[in-house]
This record gives sequence, structure tokens and C-alpha cells, in this order.
Amino acid sequence: MLRFLLARVVTMLFTALCLTLIVFALTNLEPNLEKVAKSEAGSRISDEEVVSWLERNGYGQPTLVRYGEWLGVLPGWQIEQADGSVRGRCIPIGSDPEIAPDFCGVLQGYWGESTVFKQPVSEIISRSLALTGKLMFWVMVVMVPGALLLGVLAGMREGSRTDRSLSAVSILTTATPEYVSGVLLITIFASSAVGLRWFNGSATSAMEDANFVNFTLPVVTIALYGMGYIARMTRASMTEVMTAQYIRTARLKGVKFRNIVLRHALRNALIAPFTVIMLQFPWLLNGVVIVETLFNYKGFGWTLVQAAGNNDIELLLGVSVVSVFVVLVTQLISDIGYVYLNPRIRIS
Amino acid sequence: MEALTWAGPTGTFLGPIGLILVIAFAVAVVAMLVLSVVAAPEAVRTGRDLAARPSGAFGLSEAAVRWTGLALLGYVVVWLIAGIVLPYGQAGIIGAVIKRFLPVWIALALTFGLSLAFKRRLGLYGKLFDSTIGMIGFGLVMFWVFTAAFAGLFDWVATHQPLTAVSGLKNEVPGVPMPQAEVVGPGAHYLFGGDNLARDVFSRMVYGSVIVIVIAPFATIFAFMVGITLGLPAGYYGGRLDMFLSFLANLILAFPVILLFYLLVTPEMVQTGLPSYMAMALFIFPLIFAAVFINSRWHTQPKVRTPILIVVLAVLGIVYLSAISQRGTPLNFLPGWLDLFNIPGGILVVFVSVVFVNSPTVFRIVRGLAMDIKTRDYVAAAQTRGEGPWYIMLWEILPNARGPLIVDFCLRVGYTTILLGTLGFFGLGLPPESPDWGSTINLGRRLLSIYPHPAIVPAVALLSLVLGLNLLADGLREESLKD
Repeated sequence: MLRFLLARVVTMLFTALCLTLIVFALTNLEPNLEKVAKSEAGSRISDEEVVSWLERNGYGQPTLVRYGEWLGVLPGWQIEQADGSVRGRCIPIGSDPEIAPDFCGVLQGYWGESTVFKQPVSEIISRSLALTGKLMFWVMVVMVPGALLLGVLAGMREGSRTDRSLSAVSILTTATPEYVSGVLLITIFASSAVGLRWFNGSATSAMEDANFVNFTLPVVTIALYGMGYIARMTRASMTEVMTAQYIRTARLKGVKFRNIVLRHALRNALIAPFTVIMLQFPWLLNGVVIVETLFNYKGFGWTLVQAAGNNDIELLLGVSVVSVFVVLVTQLISDIGYVYLNPRIRIS
Repeated sequence: MEALTWAGPTGTFLGPIGLILVIAFAVAVVAMLVLSVVAAPEAVRTGRDLAARPSGAFGLSEAAVRWTGLALLGYVVVWLIAGIVLPYGQAGIIGAVIKRFLPVWIALALTFGLSLAFKRRLGLYGKLFDSTIGMIGFGLVMFWVFTAAFAGLFDWVATHQPLTAVSGLKNEVPGVPMPQAEVVGPGAHYLFGGDNLARDVFSRMVYGSVIVIVIAPFATIFAFMVGITLGLPAGYYGGRLDMFLSFLANLILAFPVILLFYLLVTPEMVQTGLPSYMAMALFIFPLIFAAVFINSRWHTQPKVRTPILIVVLAVLGIVYLSAISQRGTPLNFLPGWLDLFNIPGGILVVFVSVVFVNSPTVFRIVRGLAMDIKTRDYVAAAQTRGEGPWYIMLWEILPNARGPLIVDFCLRVGYTTILLGTLGFFGLGLPPESPDWGSTINLGRRLLSIYPHPAIVPAVALLSLVLGLNLLADGLREESLKD
């Protein structure tokens, strides 16, 4: 078990290293840097001025070296200016270069400065993660019980008309991407032209104070898409369990159907959905980006769109690192959880 | 000229009937679901007993669902006939729309008629017509395929051009008449209203289907070529090769899709030419696949193999070179007369990134299937016969993995449609005036709470296509499991 865990963690760290390198290289392409230079130093500067601006601000080195600096394993760049003062990556403007540390990167907790919001990246990310955490919490509260209920009801009597209609419902929800269900839900429940006007079409006010009126639609939009998939997995696992020998024995003994489902089948049927729910996180992340954009909720996904749309390199890097880590960690948890929950694997 | 209402004069008596039917059906479904939870255990039936109807309240609700469902179906058919037969405007917007789709209805009727007549001779495709779910899915998918074909090739279904704006019709509601139209007939109204640039929402939806129907299946085919060409050896040989390729696949899969799109599908990225290089790498896979496929089959008969190989590779090679050689990108080497076609930069980068996102998943599926099938006896028999590894992979393992792969193909085309919509929704890749459904939803969502129709129409279109593909996959899975 320990060796398995160690191997998984090492692979995960190596994957994370590769992924951050790829993201770093893709966000620091020549045209991106040129755009940064032009937005910082004026859009009408000549090509030579762009090059010299990039040189002066530490963008002149090879990508790998700058990746090392950003990560915090190589010392940050320092450049002596014409008037004798020293500027550098690790030296905040106006402070003494003597006391500045040599290394300043992600590993040291220095995530850089956002050019759009004019704030430290770490601050923006922690704020937006908290907001998205609130959204995700309610999504889970709605989605997981709903999906398990759908799946168990459909799976306990395979082939019945209930099974067919519930399966049709879960196919329908998996076929409805968030940007379609969001548009439909807003029209039905929030539109001032034709709709019912029960809820708000924007979740901006939910950032401060989330209530039923302004938070229902975003939560339901994300939950619906994930729900169908989890329900189908639960159904598959439930039908498999219901054909097992011990269920037949229980039936022959004359145990009530309700007790068979609740006492005997349910626990074994819920192992597989656990893995699926954990692996849903990367997909939920997509949903979060779409829904936060659609409902104008300034969380993590909204930040990603702003960073990418405005060529905010440091912020985009930070957002990418966090989202890649979320994905990798949930994969790890699902692997370990699967081994832990399944006695056949745990004991062997 | 008067504006069209939704159902026209016909609606005054057909409308209430429809409302009653829908309510009755909904009540029956809810009753059935509730009763099935509380129903007695006798309701569990297996095998042949399915024919015997259960009695009691639950059985009653099941019968109610069946009959109201059939009545609804009949009601839809009545509308279809009314729309086609009644003159323009008599059956309102619904009738006019149904009439515009007349070529599609004819093509659909022909397809279904022929398929049902010959279904016993058509293999898996014929068996699809045994399952209701599969038939509904197939119908929805073919509806959009025919619409795209007729709109793209003959300009038939749409009433206006997708990019023409008519002043005065900005954000107008569905059924608004054209300002200068005099004859009451096709093209006299904006059937689904105007969008915020005063273009016809209905025609944009119809032309949008062309883009989706062309890109989504093609991108999926390419993803399958990449996945199969890499997944078969990874599963068959295992070992270091498998470890390396699986690591790469997991690397791509660990990216959230939207982040990958935001990194790959940007104007800066097109400037660096990276999409062209990726296209160069990804588009080579069909060539490799075809070459290995032919060579492994006929390598003992060089006289047969060499001509086939030369012809196939020459044709594919020209297509490949014209596809990757683009004016205005770093890869521009073919002389003009040899360059058969140019893919616009926006479409190329969208295409490449969609293939890139889909390939690792296909790779994982194919690898798993290959690992499972390589332990079978017929593979051992082929190995004993002295067949080469590629013959075994492509002519023994691949045909036996076709069932799950066909099902996954349908699901994946649906997923690719969703991805294309996502790209359009964020305004990535395709030009903003493009009529594809994602971009149209993106344009329409800004004024969603005041003018919902410009976003609703493409949203429902996309939903119906993806739903059709999912139902089709479900029907195929059910039917392929039966044998």
C-alpha cells in the first residue's frame, strides 16, 4: 500500500512539473510577450524598443531559465540600470536590493502580480477560489444525492419502464451542456420578456450574500450536466449488484424488496460512483468556467477567462497551476479511495 | 403585412388539444415514477414475463404513459401534415418552419422506409431499427445531417442569407414581417425573429448546422485514427512503449479542456504557426494507418500490394499536403496549382485542438480493448500461424473491437459538438460573425433576459443534435450487446 502510494505521488509530481512547463511555454510565446511589452510601454513602440523593453524586464533569457526562476529553483534576474540602481525579479520597487532574497518563485510562495487587476496573483486566486468553493459546495449538495437517487431507482429494476424513463432523463441531462441549459433556465425562470421571473439571471449579488433567488440557477445548471453521468454509472453498478448471487438468496429467503435495496444492495453499489464523482472534478471545472461567465459570478472560472482574454501571463499561470493541481489531486484521491473502499483490492 | 403568430388560425383548435395532451402525459409519467417506488415487489419481471402487464395502480399508470405518449406522437404527425398541406401562414410560424424543412422530411421518410424494409439484410445498422430509442436518435441525427446537406449544397432550407442584415428587424420577435415584402410566401417573415445585428435567426441556425455537421464527425474520425494507430501497439506490446504513451495521454487529459482551448486557440498562437505544425503531426496519422493497414494484409503478395499502396498513398498524400500547406502561415510550400484547398486559419486551429483533446481518450479506450482481446484464442492462433504483429492488431484485434468503438464514436461526435459549442461560446477560433451554434449563443446571451430568442434557437438545435447522438449510441449499445 505504501509503495503504491509513493509511486502515485511521485508520478503526480512529475506530471505536474511537465504540465506547468507546458503551460509556461505556451503563455510565454513570442507574440504574447510582444503584447505585454506593447500594453506596458505603449502600443506604438517599434520592434527594437519591444526587444529592449523585454531585455530590461527579464524576459530576454531562454524560456527554461525563466521557468526555473518562476518555479523558484533558479535565482531571480537582476539588472543594473543606467543610474546604478539594481532592479530584479525578487526586488519590489522601492525596496533595498541588499535584503531581497535570491529565489522567488511559486515554491517560495511568490506568484507574481496581475497586470489586469493590479493585485498579487495569490490574493486574487485565494479570493476567487473561496467564491468557487461556495458554488461547488452547493453543486455537490444538489448533484450527488440527486444523481445517486436517480441511479439507484433506475438500477434496482433493470429494463422496467421506470428504468427506461429515468435513463432517458439522465441521457437528456448529459446531452445538455451548461451553456445550453443555462440559456434555457435563464429564459424560463429569469427572463423579463417571457419567463416566470422566479430567480435572478445574474449571480453577481450572490458573491456577497447567496440566497435562493440569485444562486439557484448557477448551481442547478452545473449540477444538471454532471448528474446524468453519475446517475448512469450508479445505475450500471446497481444493476450489476442486483444480479449478484447474494441478492437472489435474500429474495428467496423472502426479504422485502425495499430492505434488499436499502440494506443489501446499496452499500456495494456505491463504490463505483465514488470514483466517478471524484473524477468529475475536471469536468465540473469546465462547467464552472462556463457558468461563472454566463452568470457573471467572479469566481475561479471567471478569473481564468479574464486572465486568458487580457493576456495576463502571471495570473493565467497561477490559475493553470491551481486547476492542474486540483485535477491531479482528485485523481490521486479517487485511486486511493477506490483501493481503500474495495476490500478485494485492499487485502490483496 | 401582418406578423405571423406561433400557430396561426390552425392553432385556435389544435393548441388547446396539445396543451391537454402534454399535461396528461406529464401527469402520467410522474404518477408512474412515484408508483414504481412504492409499488409492490411483484413488479419485478424478468425475461419473457415482460410481455405480461402488471395489474393495479402501477399497471394503470404504465398504460396511461403508453397511450398518452402515442397520442402525443399522433398529435405531432397531425401538425407535420397540417404544416405541409395548409397554405403559407395558415398554420403560423410552426407550419411555415415545417414547410421549409419539406426536403428534409422527404429524405427522412425515404431513409426510414428503405431501412425498415430491408432491415434484416443490413447488419448492425438494420438492428438499430428494432430499438425505439435508437430510431429516435437516428432520426434526430439524420434530420440535422439532411438539413446541413440541403442548406450547404443547394441553399434550400434557409429563407435568408446568414450574414445579411435587414434594417429595422434588430431583435424583433419571431414571425416579424420583412419591411418591403409584398407577397405572402416563403421569405416574407423572419420566422424565428432577428438577432441583435438584424439577421435572420432561423437561417443562421440552418447554416450553423453545416459547420457543425462538417467539423464534428471529421474531427472525431481524425481523433480515432490517432487513437487507434497509437493505442493498438500500446495495448498489444505493453511495456515501455505503453508506459510512455500512457504518460503522454494522461498529461493531456490532466488539462481542463477550457484551459487547453484558451492556451491553444488564440490569435497569438496562430501567429506562431503552432497549429500548423500540430496539424502536420496529427494529419499524418491517417496516412500511416492506411499504409500499415494495406501493407500488413498484402505484404506476402508484393504485386498486389505495391499498386494499391501507391494509389492510396498518392491520393492521401496530395490531400495531406494541401491540408497543411496554407497561405499566410509558416507552412506554405506547395505551388498554387497543386494546392487543392485551403482551410481558413480559424477553422484549422479549432479542428486541430478538438482532435488534440479527443485523441487521448480514444487512445485509452483502444488500448484497453487491445489488452483485453490479445488474450483471446484467435490471436494466439494467428501468432502460431506466424502472422506479423501489425496484421494481428489491424485484422484480428481491431475488427473484434468494433462494437464498443462504434458506440464510442457516436458519443464522441456528440461530445465534439459540445466542444465546438464551447469554443464558440467563448468566442475562440471561429470568426465572430460565423453562424455556428456556439458563436450564435455567445452573441445572443448578452441580452438574454430581454430578447431570449436569438440564443434559445441555436441552443435547442445543439441540444437536439447531441441528444440524438447520445440516444443513437444508447440504441447501438443495446443492440450490439444482444448478439
